[in-house]
Formats: sequence, C-alpha cells, structure tokens
Amino acid sequence: MSDISLEKVSENYADVLKEIGNIGAGNAMTALSQMLQCKVDMKVPQVKLLDFAEVGELMGGEEQIMVGVYLGVEGDITGSMMFLVEQGSAKHLINKIMMGMASEGEEFTEMELSAMKEVGNIITGAYLNSLSSLTNLKIFPTPPELTVDMACAILSVPAIHFGTLGDKILLIQSQFYDEVEIDGYFILIPDLESYSKILNSLGIPMV
Amino acid sequence: MSEIIKVGMADLKTCISPDGVTTLGLGSCVGIALRDPVTKVGGMAHIMLPDSTMIRNSQQNIAKFADTGIDELVRQMEKLGAKRSRLEAKIAGGATMFRFSANSDTVMVGERNVAATKKKLSELNIPILAEDTGANYGRTVTYFPESGEFHIRAVGKEETII
Repeated sequence: MSDISLEKVSENYADVLKEIGNIGAGNAMTALSQMLQCKVDMKVPQVKLLDFAEVGELMGGEEQIMVGVYLGVEGDITGSMMFLVEQGSAKHLINKIMMGMASEGEEFTEMELSAMKEVGNIITGAYLNSLSSLTNLKIFPTPPELTVDMACAILSVPAIHFGTLGDKILLIQSQFYDEVEIDGYFILIPDLESYSKILNSLGIPMV
Repeated sequence: MSEIIKVGMADLKTCISPDGVTTLGLGSCVGIALRDPVTKVGGMAHIMLPDSTMIRNSQQNIAKFADTGIDELVRQMEKLGAKRSRLEAKIAGGATMFRFSANSDTVMVGERNVAATKKKLSELNIPILAEDTGANYGRTVTYFPESGEFHIRAVGKEETII
C-alpha cells in the first residue's frame, strides 16, 4: 500500500475521520463530565493536514503553556494520542477533581500532576475504547507520560515521528470546553498505514 | 528598526544585523544559530531529524535535517556575505520531552539531533561557542548576530543568555 499518502487520506476520508473523532471524543467527554460532575461540551472535530511550521499554531500559539499527556497506540493500529489542556484550565480541572484543594498559583504539585496524568489516562482510554469497539480492532494505549511545557515543544514529538515519512502531519483534533474555564484538546495521530486498517474495518476500502 | 525573523519547525532563515532570528518552542528539535562576526550576517536552522541519508524519499524539505539544513544555512549566509571560515555557532534544544515514546524512531531523537548537529558543524570546521541542550523541557531561542548573544527562555525558568 505504498501509494497511500496523507494528502489522499485527508482529501478523501475527512468525513469518516471526523466521525471517528466525534465518537471517540464524545465518549471521552462523557467520562470527563462524570469525573468532574459537570457538563463538558465539544466542538466539531477537525481533520488537519499541516506543514510542520504550522504545528505550533494549532492551539493558541507556539509558546502557550500546556499540560500534555502523551500515550502511544499499539495493537492492530499504531500511532499516538495526546490530551492537551491549557495551564489555567488544567488547574481548574484539577481543582474540581481534588474538591477545591488544588494549590494556588501557576505551578503544579507532584500530586496534581499525578492526578492530571490519571485523568488523561482515563479519558484517552475512553476515546480509544470507543474507537476499538467501532472498528473491532485491538487498540492498546501505552502508559501515559506527562509534561508541562510550550505547545510547540510538546507537539514536536509527534511531528518528528511524521518527519521520517514526509513533510506533513495528519491529525484528528477535538476541542472541548465547559461554560467557564476548561479548554482542551484531544489529538489522535494514527500512523499512515493505520488509516487503511481503520477504514477497511469500517467497510470503506481505500481507493 | 531592527526586526526579529521567525523560524518555524523544519525551517531556516538568515538575517543581517541589527536584525535577529528566533524560533519558538524547541522540543526535541535543535536550533542552530550561526554568524559571521565580521559582516554580522547571521541565521538559524530549526532541524527536527538528524540525518537525511536515512530517509528514502529524497524530495523533501532539506531544512528538516541536521546535515542538509546546516549546509543550506551556510550556503544562504555566504550569499549574504558571510565567510565560511569565520562562522561560529551556538546551539540549543534536543530535549527529551517524554521519558519514553512508543515509536522507536523517536526514542532519544533529541540526543541524536544534538550529536548529528555537532558532527556536521565539526565537519565544516565551525566552532560551537556555547550550547544549552538536552534535559526534558522546551526552549524558545533568539539570536542576535550583532553581539552573538543567544537568548534562551523555558517554562518556569529565568531567561539566560549564552
């Protein structure tokens, strides 16, 4: 299947991929709103084919400080998944989970980061589970890793992976928010060869 | 008025003093700043991978790799009047953003980027006057060919000048 390109996938199958983002993020949102005991909304997922130079501008600028939870995707399909929340939103989210006991200021304590990692683990798990039941493919997340850093530095990790194949990165982005202060993103980044597996399993042969 | 020219990921730009060059949010990528201290021609490359020869497809963005990116930056600077024998370098980046990564080709890519950058610069006989590489955090860097100052910012840290 060497003739598959990211351009082709994004041109011909954007709607299907958006629907995958919709279902995955929808499930993750349910898990998150149960955890937070509040309503969380999401925007229509976007499928984006980007030059590397554009990657940093994906979420409020290259230097926007984000809490990023990153996990690998293994099994029948491969790739990675990221859960990214703007610093202030992350604080708000942690505060809700810790019943208002989060620390003051912009810094995070070890316990807060650990809580955030667990939140990331649970809700990305919900995302991948729904993708797995939809496609009947085996999909396993690797243990999550967390960092607090500039958006561009975090996103350089999946970008570099795509850099070995070409000059663009294709991703499925879902943005979520609540009425007040939460602003975050799910980004599913399947490897190129995984797209045909996902589409095939949905009964959509790639042409 | 002097201008600060922005360099994106897998990109390179040149400048002439008093202008400077900057790149935002370097993660595992490496930012390579060069200048000719006499003509004050400077430039920066933001490379993301160590070696172009390991990649099959040859029709790619050459600014993406340490080897071809540095060659191209030097070539463009020479066009602006820089002399290769006078060039000096400062480098930053090459962090390991996540302790492990599921994709084997991205494991330790930060370190490999730094090693490839040093190898290329030494092949070209360009001395590295200062560096801030490795560790586990992102960096924003700005370079001024007038003074050769390399300003480095990171989350939760004071700005440093090397």
